[in-house]
Amino acid sequence: MTLSGEFLAFISLALVAVVGGVLLLNLSKVVHMVLALVFTFVSIAGIFVLLSAEFLAAVQILIYSGAITIIMLFGIMLTRHDDTNEPKTGRLRKLLLFLGILGFAFAFYIGIYNLDFGEASTTLHENNTEQIGIALYSKYIIPFELTSVLLLAALIGAIVLSKNDKEKEAKKE
Amino acid sequence: MSSVPLSAYLALGLILFCIGLYGALTKKNIIIVLISIELMLNAANINLVAFSKFGVMPSITGQIFALFVMAVAAAEVAVGVAILIALYRNRNTVNIDEVNTLKH
Repeated sequence: MTLSGEFLAFISLALVAVVGGVLLLNLSKVVHMVLALVFTFVSIAGIFVLLSAEFLAAVQILIYSGAITIIMLFGIMLTRHDDTNEPKTGRLRKLLLFLGILGFAFAFYIGIYNLDFGEASTTLHENNTEQIGIALYSKYIIPFELTSVLLLAALIGAIVLSKNDKEKEAKKE
Repeated sequence: MSSVPLSAYLALGLILFCIGLYGALTKKNIIIVLISIELMLNAANINLVAFSKFGVMPSITGQIFALFVMAVAAAEVAVGVAILIALYRNRNTVNIDEVNTLKH
């Protein structure tokens, strides 16, 4: 493994992503946690560029570090967020969970650490968006249309769930 | 052409997934649990895109699949936050330990 520019870019992006994740676990204020997560999302977009998926990188910036972060901030704003001294989880439970996840990670790492399928694709970055569009509108047209139904259901569901039905409460009283 | 091996990307995905899993299982605030789930989905996306470039049959399908995962994740967050707000209105709490009606 030579010390090329791609390798340096990968190392720095991965470092920012992991540091963002660790900060997410260790910060005390909820808003700071969300901001730490934005670092992770943006560096994952950089990783997508390295993997020759430019369109996915743009979508990642727009959807994750744009829309989802804003929705989370709205959720924080509309609920109680000023109590930083949250009740502690039991130390034993945390330790057991940590050990379990460490075992899980180790088991997976044994499986992937020298995984190699040989030749990498060299054509994915040429007209990436055009390739995705052609595949999406020819081979995957039915899942694509079903996604619109799913998004509509989620939209209506979110409105119905969070609607403040004052009329029903007034009738009860 | 590429100097970063497949296993490096998979290891990054594994680390992010483990961070998300730990956060989802230990944190008390429902919003943080939702965020940790998003982190896990993102780690899965890294794996999908990595296999679309380095897999046995490299093709664009992995990226398409990652796009669908993103759409489902966005829908999930919208419904999750709506449930969170409805819960906060009824129970006046976002602590996941106080939401235990089914337990008693």
